[in-house]
Amino acid sequence: MDQPGRQLSGSAHPRLPRGVRLTHSEAQGGWVLLAPERVFKADAITVEILKRCTGDATLDAIVDDLAKTFTAPRERIHADVVNLLGSLADKKLLELG
Amino acid sequence: MTSNGGSLPAPLGLLAELTHRCPLGCPYCSNPVTLDRRDDELDASMWGRVFREAAALGVLQVHLSGGEPAARRDLPEIVKAAREAGLYNNLITSAVGLTPQNLAVLTGAGLDHVQISIQDSDEISADHIAGYKGASGRKRAIAREVVKLGLPLTINMVVHRANIARVEPMVELALSLGASRVEIAHVQYYGWALRNRAALMPTREQVEKAVRQVETLRARYHGQIVIDAVVPDYYARFPKPCVGGWGRRSLNVTPAGRVLPCHAAEVIPGLEFWNVREHSLADIWRTSPAFLAFRGTDWMLEPCKSCVRRDQDFGGCRCQAFLLTGDARAADPVCHLSPQHALVERLAAAREDASYSYRSS
Repeated sequence: MDQPGRQLSGSAHPRLPRGVRLTHSEAQGGWVLLAPERVFKADAITVEILKRCTGDATLDAIVDDLAKTFTAPRERIHADVVNLLGSLADKKLLELG
Repeated sequence: MTSNGGSLPAPLGLLAELTHRCPLGCPYCSNPVTLDRRDDELDASMWGRVFREAAALGVLQVHLSGGEPAARRDLPEIVKAAREAGLYNNLITSAVGLTPQNLAVLTGAGLDHVQISIQDSDEISADHIAGYKGASGRKRAIAREVVKLGLPLTINMVVHRANIARVEPMVELALSLGASRVEIAHVQYYGWALRNRAALMPTREQVEKAVRQVETLRARYHGQIVIDAVVPDYYARFPKPCVGGWGRRSLNVTPAGRVLPCHAAEVIPGLEFWNVREHSLADIWRTSPAFLAFRGTDWMLEPCKSCVRRDQDFGGCRCQAFLLTGDARAADPVCHLSPQHALVERLAAAREDASYSYRSS
């Protein structure tokens, strides 16, 4: 559920909670997010964002890193990250820490 | 072999029925009316083999279920084997038989998630439904313990006539126990539930009200708890896409090792199920007669065969089609397009305040 205009603190330390794991599955054709009784296919952008959600980096640092790695406009990356993390947090698939 | 693109899909989930033994007697138990015996149960090392073969096939999650899986003393060994196979470990339990001590051992062995069933928010009613005095209090205590150990918790609430008026307090109970997810699961009528259908069946008005309440509660608790609902299909217009399509996404292994496309599949006469004691899981998935019987869409009759929704709901549930019409290839009669749909309406109306026929072990 996207919530346009949603705000998340840049100093949050997002991380996957216990019971949620990002894993690669050859047989299922790519990356998947495993969660309580649910499995979500993760596209390339989602994977790049979630790999950085270790609980160590702040949301701002994650956005900076992605903008640098993919030489993309920071605002656009910021909007993508906030959208994804906000929607995952609503589904209890992410802790904002 | 199939008409759904030709290539064989990889299963995502394995339901491992570790035992049919259970201390509770819920009158809607999804176990078959004839239970596998303790002497016939697969041992932990055999389960380990099944888990490794499942992972190699593409399975990502294992649902350790029963009966009551905690009735097995070697449960920690089984949990560890699933973890070592790389599977996501989901324990589906009544919580009766679990203690804080053995829960901690299981957590250390590699549990990822715990689902606990709670029969009602009203404790007297809950214990009456479970046929076990004190069950409700023990479940609540273990639920809190799961949260204390840092594991994600789902509360599963099976809904029927005796508790359908309490959807709101049931969701609030799950929230107060620290669950991140709650399932509002309307009874599905197979096995023991079919036997108790007249006593369990809610009215259409009750069901519609409960569905509206779930919507309200979802909005109210958005971001706090995820509410998943299993729809009551006797009052639906279209059938459920049972197990995501026969032999398409999941498999079920019984305590004695028979591999089924769904937990109720043995009610369909004439299906040949293979056993993990004699075959590899990959062979069973690919070529066992029971899995081939209704995989894809070639087996379909009208109105399913030419239906625009045939790849969406797969004709509904084969077991229900057989149980209600006598023909496992027929459209699931809960579908309003089924020529036998009137039968479902008649059965739903046949309610009777009889006492439960409890599941016996």
